Amino acid sequence: MLEQFPMHQIINEEGEIVDSSSMGDITTDEIKSFYYKMLRARMLDKKCVHLQRQGRIGTYVPYEGQEAAQIGSSLALQEGDWMFPTYRDHAATLTFGHSMRNLLLNWRGRPEGNVAPEGVNIFPPGIPIASQLLHATGAAWAEKKRGSDRISLVYFGDGATSEGDFHEALNFGSVFNTPTVFFNQNNGYAISVPMKRQMKTKTIAQKGLAYDIECLRIDGNDVLSVYFATQSAVDRARDGKGPTLIEAVTWRYGAHTTADDPSKYRDQKETEARRETTDPLLRIERYLKTQEAWEEEWLTRIEEEITLEIETALTEMESYPEPDLSQLFDYVYDTPTWTIQEQVNNHLAVQGRTTQ
Amino acid sequence: MTTTAINTKKMTMIQGVRDAMHEMLKEHDDVMILGEDVGVNGGVFRATEGLYEEFGEDRVIDTPISESGIIGNSIGLAVNGFRPIAEMQFLGFIYPAFNQLMTHATRLRQRSMGRFTVPLVVRAPYGAGVRAPEIHSDSVEALFTQMPGIKVVVPSNAYDAKGLLIASIDDPDPVLFLEPMRCYRSSRTEVPDGKYNVEIGKASVLKEGDDISVFTWGAMVIDTMKAVEKLEAKKNVSCEVIDLRTLYPLDKETIAASVQKTGRAAIIHEAPATGGVSNDVISLINDTSFLYLRAPIQRVAGFDTPVPVYSLEQEYLPSTEKIQTAILHAVDF
Ligand SMILES: Cc1ncc(C[n+]2csc(CCOP(=O)(O)OP(=O)(O)O)c2C)c(N)n1
Repeated sequence: MLEQFPMHQIINEEGEIVDSSSMGDITTDEIKSFYYKMLRARMLDKKCVHLQRQGRIGTYVPYEGQEAAQIGSSLALQEGDWMFPTYRDHAATLTFGHSMRNLLLNWRGRPEGNVAPEGVNIFPPGIPIASQLLHATGAAWAEKKRGSDRISLVYFGDGATSEGDFHEALNFGSVFNTPTVFFNQNNGYAISVPMKRQMKTKTIAQKGLAYDIECLRIDGNDVLSVYFATQSAVDRARDGKGPTLIEAVTWRYGAHTTADDPSKYRDQKETEARRETTDPLLRIERYLKTQEAWEEEWLTRIEEEITLEIETALTEMESYPEPDLSQLFDYVYDTPTWTIQEQVNNHLAVQGRTTQ
Repeated sequence: MTTTAINTKKMTMIQGVRDAMHEMLKEHDDVMILGEDVGVNGGVFRATEGLYEEFGEDRVIDTPISESGIIGNSIGLAVNGFRPIAEMQFLGFIYPAFNQLMTHATRLRQRSMGRFTVPLVVRAPYGAGVRAPEIHSDSVEALFTQMPGIKVVVPSNAYDAKGLLIASIDDPDPVLFLEPMRCYRSSRTEVPDGKYNVEIGKASVLKEGDDISVFTWGAMVIDTMKAVEKLEAKKNVSCEVIDLRTLYPLDKETIAASVQKTGRAAIIHEAPATGGVSNDVISLINDTSFLYLRAPIQRVAGFDTPVPVYSLEQEYLPSTEKIQTAILHAVDF
């Protein structure tokens, strides 16, 4: 199947264009804006790992290395489309319009972290592996029933393809021809378990064959390949041609979460060495250099800009009002049941409080 | 009860269930049905008979055999503007969808601080006593009464079935709508045409009495009524029988008022005793009516065993004899 599903690239590891026919008429400025968004995500990620070490946020899930996969794909969506992320996809949700402050609040254990700005259709991250794929087919199905041209895109990892919900979602998408993009980030590991223990197949893309849906395998570290592949899947979905499974091959450089020690299951020196060939930012830097479009002053300027944005969001996060009990009790049902009302009152009475 | 209906028809509970869905499909474009064999076949119990023909395959949808898929997709549909009624062919086959209910359908409102809501009804035939194959007879309502974010409703007759199902479809939160198979065709009741509600969270006093309050639901209503009838014919005892109809949230006022009147209580259910909803009823009585009690609260329930194959199901199910014994035990205490 590796022959049937070669990993598509537009820009290779050296920063050279290997498939100019798939690039449309994208401009250097647009490619620079892709770089900007990847840098923004990376700087936020590094900051969060640091904040966790300082105890300023709780357990954090890093995505360093997967910026091209997340950003290239999210940029192919339009306003009104639906995004179904996992716990690792905040580079994607940030790019699709989630608020940076709220994303930071998420890592402070605040429910606001699940709430994107009004009009930005992002689901709370799927925590039980693969369960969110079915919401993506359901929400897309609703759009189709209404006759709108909105679509849904759902993220999931290599490990998720072992779950029943992955297969049930591909089957529903296929049977009901829902406008859904199944975007797989194959980062090689599900916590400690490598892909070869998760499945015998060499590709994830081939799993779409069983459901007779379009499947693609791409270099998930090549932001242009990701962007154009997702674009084609999104177009097909909008045109009523149904779902697509995209396998974006990538790598996570860091730990599964800040509570994980990757040296227990893999050689982190080897992972570090991979940056030379797989780092999605380095690849665009190399490309821009071949185009003589790389300027150190530009990099310095955008780094400053992003640092300011992150610091501002961080200040807002840290000065955000404390949570109140309404967040615990008021959103379980449209109208709290009598048992919940009684429990609130008893809780407050014992604490000598009168209000939430 | 609110009603705009005038004419009534005598029907079985399964017809009441169908009538509710028919009414809601007719009145509301956002209502739809998903399930296994619910379309062309009209459902294995005929709950959706004729609905596919009348409303078409876009609204009455035969899905793959995929319980997690049915509930998961219903969540996506519900969040995005539809009101799905998902049929589980039997409650014993809801387990593959447990995760979707537990971690998503019931939590999305809270997780998203009210942005995403799930107006979903999950219908499921359940219960023993119809000589069904293995696993088809489970009575696991308590797995769901402890699931925050969902309501659990169990009608036992056609009138309640129709009114409660309409109320469930209109409810802004997920509702598990349990249909005791033994009640499907066991009796006929007068059912109004058109739309009417039976309020979720309200029990129904089936029979008034002075000496003991007997709480039950689902198919056990049949056995409890029989037991009470027999007992009252031979002993000088007056029983109040209450069909709880909603298992979460329980009807605190009706339960407390009845126990405060009679001073005694018995709870009858076919689910395993340990962890059963009877415990919540006992706890509610303890909280509201402890000093009114003249005898220990009685409980007749299923065993802490899997529901057996049907050659043994009559051993498993609470019998009218056991119910009578329990009632007398309290009354003669
Ligand atoms: C149903 C379920 N089982 C187990 C877990 C614990 N868990 C969290 S992440 C993870 C690995 C997932 O791997 P993969 O799908 O490849 O995604 P990645 O974390 O690599 O992005 C596991 C087992 C879970 N969240 N959900």
